[in-house]
Amino acid sequence: MIRLLNLELQKLLTNTASKVLIFISFILPFFVILLSAIKINFFGFFTLELGELGIFDFPIIWHITTFFAAQFKFFFAIVVVSMIGNEYSNKTLKQNLIDGLSKKEFILSKFYTILFFSIVSTVLIFIISLCIGLYYSSIDEFRLIFRGTEFLIAYFVKLVGFFSLCLFFAMLLKRSAFALGFLFILYIFEWITFGLITWKFDADIAEKIQNFFPLKSMYKLIEQPFQRVAMTKFPDKGDLAYDYAVHAPEVIIVMCWTALLIFLSYRLLKQRDL
Amino acid sequence: METILTINNLTKKFGYLTAVKDLSFTINKGNVYGILGPNGSGKSTTLGVVLNVVNRTNGEFYWFDGNVSTHDALKKVGAIIERPNFYPYMSASQNLKLVCKIKGVDPRKIDDKLELVGLLDRKDSKFRTYSLGMKQRLAIASALLNDPEILILDEPTNGLDPQGIHQIRELIKDIAQNGTTILLASHLLDEVEKVCSHVVVLRKGKKLYSGRVDEMISSHGFFELKCQDHDNLKEFLNSVDYIDHLKEENGLITAFLSEPMAASDFNNLLFKKGFILSHLVKRKESLEEQFLHLTNNN
Repeated sequence: MIRLLNLELQKLLTNTASKVLIFISFILPFFVILLSAIKINFFGFFTLELGELGIFDFPIIWHITTFFAAQFKFFFAIVVVSMIGNEYSNKTLKQNLIDGLSKKEFILSKFYTILFFSIVSTVLIFIISLCIGLYYSSIDEFRLIFRGTEFLIAYFVKLVGFFSLCLFFAMLLKRSAFALGFLFILYIFEWITFGLITWKFDADIAEKIQNFFPLKSMYKLIEQPFQRVAMTKFPDKGDLAYDYAVHAPEVIIVMCWTALLIFLSYRLLKQRDL
Repeated sequence: METILTINNLTKKFGYLTAVKDLSFTINKGNVYGILGPNGSGKSTTLGVVLNVVNRTNGEFYWFDGNVSTHDALKKVGAIIERPNFYPYMSASQNLKLVCKIKGVDPRKIDDKLELVGLLDRKDSKFRTYSLGMKQRLAIASALLNDPEILILDEPTNGLDPQGIHQIRELIKDIAQNGTTILLASHLLDEVEKVCSHVVVLRKGKKLYSGRVDEMISSHGFFELKCQDHDNLKEFLNSVDYIDHLKEENGLITAFLSEPMAASDFNNLLFKKGFILSHLVKRKESLEEQFLHLTNNN
């Protein structure tokens, strides 16, 4: 496992473009969250301090940081897609196999890399959220601090699932740009299907079915936190209430997609003549 | 003799096209093999199958004694197919380091192999800055990293200039002299003739011949003759049994031998019979002539 991961990391870290993208996707959200936590003084006119909104309190901080950091996943998606696309266009995939890598090992080395960066990202988010939370929040009881960390699990599963989807599309289409285009097509397709079912039956059933689709199920893992912030500001407004929690079935759906997509990528490679 | 690769009744179909049909041959340790065939005869497909990049339709093949999986066997094989494939953004030594990681080889060998192919002074240059000849030499260095049991080369001199071709050929000869088994696929016959001891001839995916090169060129050679007494000489040559048959072109008689005979003996014999030659050359049929003969007849 270490050998396969090591192999893929060398391929990525010697490439300037992927190095920059990795930096953007994992280090940048780290700094954005850090900066937003600092009190900013606009030339003495007013001070902007997001912390005063209460968004950096436990447990809501876990929700906020994971939601925003997840938006940066698109940058690493480009890396995932191009790490397959390049192997095809440079014909290095063929050379790797000839050199003695098995097709299974090839897919695994890509998947381990996805796991590795997802873990790194999750750990980074955990550390920064914990630090900021401890700074702003008055809660210091161990049990209360870690209430809500299921969002970190959701974040991790979401990243792995999304990157596996990118991996599959890249394997299927062999070209990075097409794969990214296909992601967009899938997004449109999911909404068209949603629309069709709503038209034929009703929105409730449509949403229930849509929750099983790959992109929607990954999105559903971490619901948008704005409404939750609003809820804490206006606790008496009942119509703002919504279910923002992380649910086990949602996590399981995404994990099933991940397993299926990785398996299909392997099948695809196995059957292909290079 | 130790076998390295065994292929039994291998067939590969691409849709309706049969690229390789019922092919069988074995590769033994220590020999230099050539796979000959016109373009599209299934050479690269055959190599692709045994190198784990093309799926076979039928038949089987196994490496060494058949007890190792193909991808593990390939760690003991060095192969270059068609074009050198490396990561363009990595330097030569980084690329080789990656190959070491795949094959599980000690990376300290990198400098030795780069020196062997004459690229040591450019080892930190990025692969994309290399010329085609340098890329091809790097590919050879990469294939030699694990000191392979067998080196497989597919059209190694394709697209190179005469100097590059010469360099690569010298390298192959050096490697062969060290006792490494080599399998060379090519449509360049003089290349195969110069370096190979055994040959497999393919056409349209079928095996036409497999065996030693010198047995393929089985004739005893022929004489090219010119003489004032043209017609009498022809009559005489038709009557003796050590001449198989004659051909005549632009006043030049070509007499094919049916048994071995030295040019000096032949000259002496004719002189005694009163034929004074103005032209005498003894030649052997080249592999090219044999090959064309073989591929046209079947």
